[in-house]
Amino acid sequence: MLENALQGSNRYWGWIFFLLTLIGIGFICYLYQLRHGLGITGMSRDVSWGVYIAQFTYLVGVAAGAVMLVIPKYLHHYNPYAKVVIFGEFLAIAAVIMCLLFIIIDIGQPMRMMNMILHPTPNSILFWDMIVLNGYLAINIICGWNSLLAEKKGVPTPGWVKPFIFLSIPWAFSIHTVTAFLYAGLPSRHLWLTAIMAPRFLASAFAAGPALLLLVLLLMRKLKIFDPGPRPIQTIAITVCYAMIANVFFMLLEFFTSYYSNIPAHMHGLDYLFFGLQGYGQLVPWMWTAAVCGAGGILLLLIPPARRNYLILTFACAAIVLSTWIDKGVGLVIGGFVPNPFDRVTPYHPTLPEIAIAVGVWAVGAFILTVLYKMALGVRTERRLI
Amino acid sequence: MSMDRRKFLKIAGLSALVGLGGSEAFELLQPGALEASEGHEVEGGAKKAHEEGPYAGDKIRWGIAIDIIKLGENPAMAKKIITTCHYEHNVPNWGNPKDEVKWIWEDDYEHSFPDSYNDLMAEKVEGMPFLLLCNHCDRPPCVRVCPTKATFRRPDGVVAMDYHRCIGCRFCMAACPYGSRSFNWLDPRIALKREGRKLNPRFPTRMRGVVEKCNLCVERLDAGKLPACVEVAPDIMIFGNLVDADSPVRKVLRERVSMRRKIQLGSKPSVFYLV
Repeated sequence: MLENALQGSNRYWGWIFFLLTLIGIGFICYLYQLRHGLGITGMSRDVSWGVYIAQFTYLVGVAAGAVMLVIPKYLHHYNPYAKVVIFGEFLAIAAVIMCLLFIIIDIGQPMRMMNMILHPTPNSILFWDMIVLNGYLAINIICGWNSLLAEKKGVPTPGWVKPFIFLSIPWAFSIHTVTAFLYAGLPSRHLWLTAIMAPRFLASAFAAGPALLLLVLLLMRKLKIFDPGPRPIQTIAITVCYAMIANVFFMLLEFFTSYYSNIPAHMHGLDYLFFGLQGYGQLVPWMWTAAVCGAGGILLLLIPPARRNYLILTFACAAIVLSTWIDKGVGLVIGGFVPNPFDRVTPYHPTLPEIAIAVGVWAVGAFILTVLYKMALGVRTERRLI
Repeated sequence: MSMDRRKFLKIAGLSALVGLGGSEAFELLQPGALEASEGHEVEGGAKKAHEEGPYAGDKIRWGIAIDIIKLGENPAMAKKIITTCHYEHNVPNWGNPKDEVKWIWEDDYEHSFPDSYNDLMAEKVEGMPFLLLCNHCDRPPCVRVCPTKATFRRPDGVVAMDYHRCIGCRFCMAACPYGSRSFNWLDPRIALKREGRKLNPRFPTRMRGVVEKCNLCVERLDAGKLPACVEVAPDIMIFGNLVDADSPVRKVLRERVSMRRKIQLGSKPSVFYLV
């Protein structure tokens, strides 16, 4: 099947080389980071996690979002998803690999990574996160690969794969719940110390993952590579819409509890993000962009004629991807460190090499996604399924 | 099972004390009172008390009480204590807040106790220097989150670090409610070299990519010596075994009003501030 990824149009190779260039730049910057240490990033004693961990958090959501296609297809036999579910599984594979890479580039001593396994520590949530993420990767490789293999041979997916497909459903919930627990159990980080962190993460994931997938599907349709047909597109759009409504609702609950209780420590994180704190408002424009994009995206997806217009639908999905990305990939992690334990604000500005490394990891994800999708499409072309 | 009168009184008395202690920002530690009330009921009351008190079952539980009044009278001592500690442990001085590594440092009341700050504080307290360091918590959140056991709690209560096991994930820095932990963003040996400082050969320098913090001078404790900060300022930094009712630290805690940082979080710091 891999041979399908080794042949393609000039457009395909152009895209591949573009991604390889980004990966190369990121890799060179990573070598620079390996040589000098994480001091080349904008992180500090006070904001000790930055872009890397924020991207990791967002991408765990994207990976978990694939379950929004697996549930209708395999639990409810919703057949319009038959042709797109594999794209969801492959998106999950690419996203989990990005997550693992973001963890590796964030740790100060990557060569000691195996200490996590040599000295397993079940009281650390990071230990469990390692287990669920690697497990989810394995499950999705098993399911995705074997479904595609079966499609190639023109036979139904083998029976032994089914239990893995069903296992992938609770497992998807687990990866994002455990990731939320990384944050939600820390004393004195008030923005994170909330029992609805896990549901909030899941809601945002079930909006962000399918929205990103829908953008890719719409792009493939536009480029005349693959047309999923109107039904799966509309169903995914509705899924995104309701998940995003739940996500915004949870966010408003956070606002209520913080501001109605009027406890300063509980308000400071949100103050910093949305209104500025102690004269620092670095993230205020970002957060309001996220708010406007989130509300606008929901509105466009709620109106059926707007949703059926592919141009508007593209805009709506892009708005929701942007909104959830700012919320989790920018605001959540940085906001949790502000104010610091001494009630002071330390601003954080990612550096150019730091951004280049992060872009490089995203490019690795896009590369993996491209190759996997190319394989899937190649198999279908051979079988004249599309 | 029936409960005799003695047992009932003991439990009732202890619960009342724990209940009072846990809810106050200003903590009035009165271990003496606990022992006195126990004494009526139990033979050898003082010994019995810590079998059930806050450090039940422990033989040694190191703690420090910092005399803020004395430090305020002699503010130059703060710098001396900090320098002594940082030279003892080869802690680099990067000269910028982004790469900063520190084990013990000075701050004001407002930022040391941000959650119990009082707008109408006595001027005297307002300007007082507070020395901040790792609290060596009884229930340390940093130890709870560490994925490799690189940071761990010793039986004597010291929260220690294994610099060779730490993978530098910085989960402990996110978990510590006291901002006590620093990360070596760059190679600390570069800063030490730049300073041209004479290194202490008895303590290792660290490499980049690992977390570090005050270790309560475990290397000195294990050699039978006092922590460096205590040695240089014995009347400001009062050190001792919190389990032993006759230790200097317990004596001073009996006599003076003390505070601990963020006790509402339940991490149970063993650094006290005498005010």
